[in-house]
Amino acid sequence: MIAIRKDQTSNIPAIAPGSLLGIEHMAAAEIMSLLKAAARMNPRRSRPPLRGKRVLLLFYEPSTRTRSSFEIAAKSLGAITTLVQSSGSSIEKGESLLDTVYTLRAVGADILVIRHPNAGAPLLAARHLDIPVINAGDGMHEHPSQALLDAYTILRHKKTLNGLHITIVGDIYHSRVARSAIHLFSKFGAKITLCGPADFLPELAASLAPGLHLSRTVEDAVRGADAVMVLRVQKERLAGKKISLQEYILKYQVTAERLKLAKKDALLMHPGPIVRGLELTSEVADCAQSVIVEEVQNGVPVRMAILARALGKGKDGR
Amino acid sequence: MNQKRTGSLLIRGGHVIDPAAKLDATMDILLRDGHVADVAPSNKLRGASSETFDARGLIVAPGFIDLHVHLREPGQSYKETIASGTAAAAAGGFTSVCCMPNTLPIVDSPEWVTWLQLPDRRAVVNVFPIAAATHASKGAVLTDFRALQRAGAVAISDDGRPILNDAIMRETLRLAAEIGIPVIQHAEDTRITEHCSMNESPTSFRLGLRGMAASAEASVVERDVQLAQQFTGSRLHVAHISTAEALKVVRRGKRNNIRVTCEVTPHHFSLVDEDVGDYDTNFKMNPPLRSAADREAVLVALADGTIDAIATDHAPHALHEKVVEFERAMFGITGLETALALAITKLHREQKIPLTRIVELFTAGPARVVNLKGRGSLARGNYADVTIFDPKKRWTFEVGKSRSKSRNSPFDGWQLTGKVVATIVGGRVVHRTD
Repeated sequence: MIAIRKDQTSNIPAIAPGSLLGIEHMAAAEIMSLLKAAARMNPRRSRPPLRGKRVLLLFYEPSTRTRSSFEIAAKSLGAITTLVQSSGSSIEKGESLLDTVYTLRAVGADILVIRHPNAGAPLLAARHLDIPVINAGDGMHEHPSQALLDAYTILRHKKTLNGLHITIVGDIYHSRVARSAIHLFSKFGAKITLCGPADFLPELAASLAPGLHLSRTVEDAVRGADAVMVLRVQKERLAGKKISLQEYILKYQVTAERLKLAKKDALLMHPGPIVRGLELTSEVADCAQSVIVEEVQNGVPVRMAILARALGKGKDGR
Repeated sequence: MNQKRTGSLLIRGGHVIDPAAKLDATMDILLRDGHVADVAPSNKLRGASSETFDARGLIVAPGFIDLHVHLREPGQSYKETIASGTAAAAAGGFTSVCCMPNTLPIVDSPEWVTWLQLPDRRAVVNVFPIAAATHASKGAVLTDFRALQRAGAVAISDDGRPILNDAIMRETLRLAAEIGIPVIQHAEDTRITEHCSMNESPTSFRLGLRGMAASAEASVVERDVQLAQQFTGSRLHVAHISTAEALKVVRRGKRNNIRVTCEVTPHHFSLVDEDVGDYDTNFKMNPPLRSAADREAVLVALADGTIDAIATDHAPHALHEKVVEFERAMFGITGLETALALAITKLHREQKIPLTRIVELFTAGPARVVNLKGRGSLARGNYADVTIFDPKKRWTFEVGKSRSKSRNSPFDGWQLTGKVVATIVGGRVVHRTD
């Protein structure tokens, strides 16, 4: 008997433990134990902990790295994965999100991973399901697995997040990566500087977490940073904005010269996909300080830890 | 309302609050043949009455008038019907409701205005239609205001689809002024609120939701006030006003003797944008819940007279339209059954706004806005529309017991003070709680 909560009128139904919906409501200790579990993940282990479990990947948006990373993570843990995308599924026929996730639950999903263009969609699913739901990116809201792999990456190079100066440059307003990262780094006492033009970085952004600094000058923002996280800028989002593409590149592009203002051992990060020549130069993307590729690699053990935790198997790495 | 003449009813011993008649005392009221026959100090009325209502310990007020409801007929009876919506109105103490024309189809013809008022609709309170300003509310071709008024429309509005074109709005105000019908505007510059689902605020940023700027309301009110003052006799009414900025514009307009009025909803004086929490769609409506500072300005404007009426913007939606992704959820909440209790709890008890003022906002205020003759006051000869309530009664609102067909209320489970005891329309008791 599948226990699906259909009591749609009740206020806020409980959410299955093991769900990962966002960084905002997570405790620092919880985050740290996830990161530690990730460090113990071994993709080539003989007795995989999720053997026979079914991980459903429900992707309403295109994705390269997050999707493949979750899929490989799940398979490395011994799980069976099925990918459902909005095109070619009943979603195209007008099926609602809840009806879709009830269906996926009914075919036997043990974990549901959701990427969705609407903020809060994974939470909605989690409120109506009895299985853990993992947010793989929801609208402009959060992208918790990305923030976790970024923190994991930084911790491979730095002893602690506490007291680090982390600078995020680019389109912060539209970025779920930025929101998750800000919540996470703020919980560990990092000094966070956000940098971008007003259209991409409204003053409101400062209210997101304690200890945020806003800057409109990339040189000031980068100076002395331990990590510089560059965000993708979508050309189409500059349409009709006060700032032109040329002006953005001139004022905010992360160049080798600007990166020199950061600490010598500063990390250059980017969640991808990168647009060379726009938010950063090709030179910067490929420079020695760049950990862009490493971030992608680290995505696998971090997502393994997320999936293992979802079914309560994360603690000892087994 | 097609009502039988009802004989007589004596409402005895109640505390009568009738702001238009400047009454605030214990009085008896005699209703006869659908009208107020007499109002007199206790035990002075000796005329024979077929029935007596013991109103001791209760407030007896003119029947409440709601300027802004969505009854969803024609076309969307799965959300609400005129029968169910007016039953909810009666339970909330409203004896008259003005229904918005954004139905399927849009109420833009005298035929539909008439249809809304037919006995077949089984309304239990008075229904006063508001008719569309333009054909299908598309903002292009004006409707026949005179014909709509003759059919019973009390106001003109393209509610939900603001008239942004200056020339169309000017023409709307000009023609409406000629026949003395008010124009109700949903003030929102939709050119800058596209894809937005809540107020622009720290909460919208946190949730990753596109936010509506407060200025999108004020700029339209400002423009409308400018246009309204060009025509003698024009009457502009701002629907569900929600921002400090827009209230400033209305206050200034009133000071300059421009005939501009406005209404506020119970949710805008009770809640703020933060209450959206983590994507609770029962807190999604348009205009959206605003900042604490905006709510503060609304409270001041309620107390100082800038706001003319409390209107619910009762907007029922089915579960499948609300239990969805926040950005895809319909705007709007139900409100008829909680309006009075919220006013007493939030305005009277918390803000110390006198009951007389609250009653005015439900009666004389809205009656003036749409010029409802013989309503909004219990003066002798007026319609026998009466709302009797207990201002001290504590109760819990349970949305599951609502008379509305829909369940989209953010106030489910709220402990409130102030409850309707009886609703009387045309001398007939249409709602009664024990």
